[in-house]
Amino acid sequence: MKNIVYIFTISIVLSLTSCSDSKSPNYQFMPNMYQSVGYEAYSEGAIFTDGQSSKLPVEGSVPRGYTPYDYVDTNEDRLRAKAELKNPLPVTEENLATGKELYGYFCSVCHGDKGDGKGILAQREKFLGIPSYADPGRVINEGGIYHVQMYGLNAMGAFTPQTTPEERWQITMHVQNLKAELEGTPKLVPVSETETEEPVTEDGTSSENEQIEE
Amino acid sequence: MKKVEYPNLLFKFSSFVLTALLLIFTNTLSAQEDATVETEEPATETVVDLAGDPAAGRQLFNSNCAACHQLDRKAIGPALRGMAQRYEKEWLYSWIRNSQALVQAGDPIAVALFNEYNGSVMQAFPQLTDKDLDDLVAYTSQPKAEPVAATTDGGPTTSGSEGGISNTLVLGLLIVVMLMLVIMLFMVSNVLKKIAQANNVVYPDKEKTTPIWKAFIQNQFLVLVSVVFLMLAGAYYAYGFFMQVGVDQGYAPIQPIHFSHKIHSGDNQIDCNYCHSSARKSKHSGIPSLNVCMSCHENIYEYNGEVDLAEGYTKEFYDAEIQKLYAAVGWDPEERVYTGEEQPVKWERIHNLPDLAYFNHAQHVNVAGIDCQTCHGPVEEMEILYQYSPLTMGWCIDCHRTTDVDLKGNEYYEKIHAELSKKYGVEKLTAAQMGALECGKCHY
Repeated sequence: MKNIVYIFTISIVLSLTSCSDSKSPNYQFMPNMYQSVGYEAYSEGAIFTDGQSSKLPVEGSVPRGYTPYDYVDTNEDRLRAKAELKNPLPVTEENLATGKELYGYFCSVCHGDKGDGKGILAQREKFLGIPSYADPGRVINEGGIYHVQMYGLNAMGAFTPQTTPEERWQITMHVQNLKAELEGTPKLVPVSETETEEPVTEDGTSSENEQIEE
Repeated sequence: MKKVEYPNLLFKFSSFVLTALLLIFTNTLSAQEDATVETEEPATETVVDLAGDPAAGRQLFNSNCAACHQLDRKAIGPALRGMAQRYEKEWLYSWIRNSQALVQAGDPIAVALFNEYNGSVMQAFPQLTDKDLDDLVAYTSQPKAEPVAATTDGGPTTSGSEGGISNTLVLGLLIVVMLMLVIMLFMVSNVLKKIAQANNVVYPDKEKTTPIWKAFIQNQFLVLVSVVFLMLAGAYYAYGFFMQVGVDQGYAPIQPIHFSHKIHSGDNQIDCNYCHSSARKSKHSGIPSLNVCMSCHENIYEYNGEVDLAEGYTKEFYDAEIQKLYAAVGWDPEERVYTGEEQPVKWERIHNLPDLAYFNHAQHVNVAGIDCQTCHGPVEEMEILYQYSPLTMGWCIDCHRTTDVDLKGNEYYEKIHAELSKKYGVEKLTAAQMGALECGKCHY
């Protein structure tokens, strides 16, 4: 009789204390209502050969609103982009503000808030030799800034996975402003309410088309 | 499974006291050890037969060359240690000042080098004087620093890690000692009894009394009180148990690659949006694909930050994790090429809403402008990421009831905002007053 009581209390205490395990998920009350029948993002999919439900687009498919980029990742094309490429977006307060915000997310960690190449990763010596935007050895302009965001340059990686073309042009505007500030030259002037002219991209698409992407 | 906290409160408390005692004990030990950990001595500088100043050369190297070159490792360009031994001085200096001029002039060495590195153009450095270049050559001609520093700080740190392990070790020892004491007590009492029997000592017989549990059952009032107490306690624990079913607060699974948010977003202050870039425009915040990792880790192939020896987070540990990334993405760090042999990484999902509830990151991050930390907690301090919030419906609704919506700069909805403000008689509308408690907003 006594033994049974002991065993009972010990098993109760064990069951209350032993199961707290942060490494595995908790019980679900009604798994049928918790787990989607369809594949969720990043979920495993048994019908796919490698078990990944996330798939690359079929080769040759083109996303909606996609505008082709006619320059490849070579030095010649970088120089060509630098010479030819112009920002299709109008300089507006809104674009500049978004550009500043995005610059804060993606660029300032290396290039610094001021564009002087002294971001936190440079200060902590994770990346060395990050040039200032005002570096006389590398005269940057809008086409070049955009091209480098597309493909990266030297130690810098490409930012196409994280940004849309429109966002890259907004970042470009902010970088131009930072360069102007460092050099003490006049910044970009936002277009006033009465817009005189809207710049058009080379292939004739207006900025609206690019916004659709993603 | 994550249980409610209260059942093992007592246990936690006792272990807390024990560990506190142990910590006090071990801290004095490790404090002594800390004193012996010395600062790393820079390798002794052996001056080469060149006129340059290696210290100045180091500065020049870091500000001009280090973006693409490393001393002992192929980077964007070749490793630069011993470059003065490999090339003639005249040629080297003109290459640094303007490499493209040499390539275009058809210099065979220059063309070969240019092609070896896939035609990546080295920037011209016409501003570097002969003195600067001498300094650079002096710096790059220094012999490679022997890993003396590693062995010197290896000694004290291993003893430091013992100090970390000893917490559990001492605890286990204490338990063993306790058990032994108890066993010895029994044995001693047994021996004493035997001695007493041998000496014919007769214990006075105990008076037969009713056993305590019988006395307890006979006392009706006590039985009633304890039954009521047991029922209340049972209900309390049962409620606690049922309320945590399906709640994964504190869930911290082991990931296939140990990614430390503490290092990336805490120490290095990389913005959440850098990697989770789709949080701004999608339902999902997105697990960054490995190419996002590689935009930095093509160049960052080793860990040089703080280490936590007590937890086993050494430089070797982190370096091995970076190697796991390289293996998954198929990157050969020595040759700096992608081999194409990729291996998908099976990340464990931590935050998971049931399928019956809809949640959209973009709405909260982009429209409402809520900080990631509001729901995800101090991610920048988490070495291992865990679920900070319960993600229950009550938790959602609490926030919707108390959060004021920013109505500025939203002309399209100005009229309805004004009408709602008038209806509720408030200046600022909460999310709930805007309809964020309607069932169909999240369940459909």
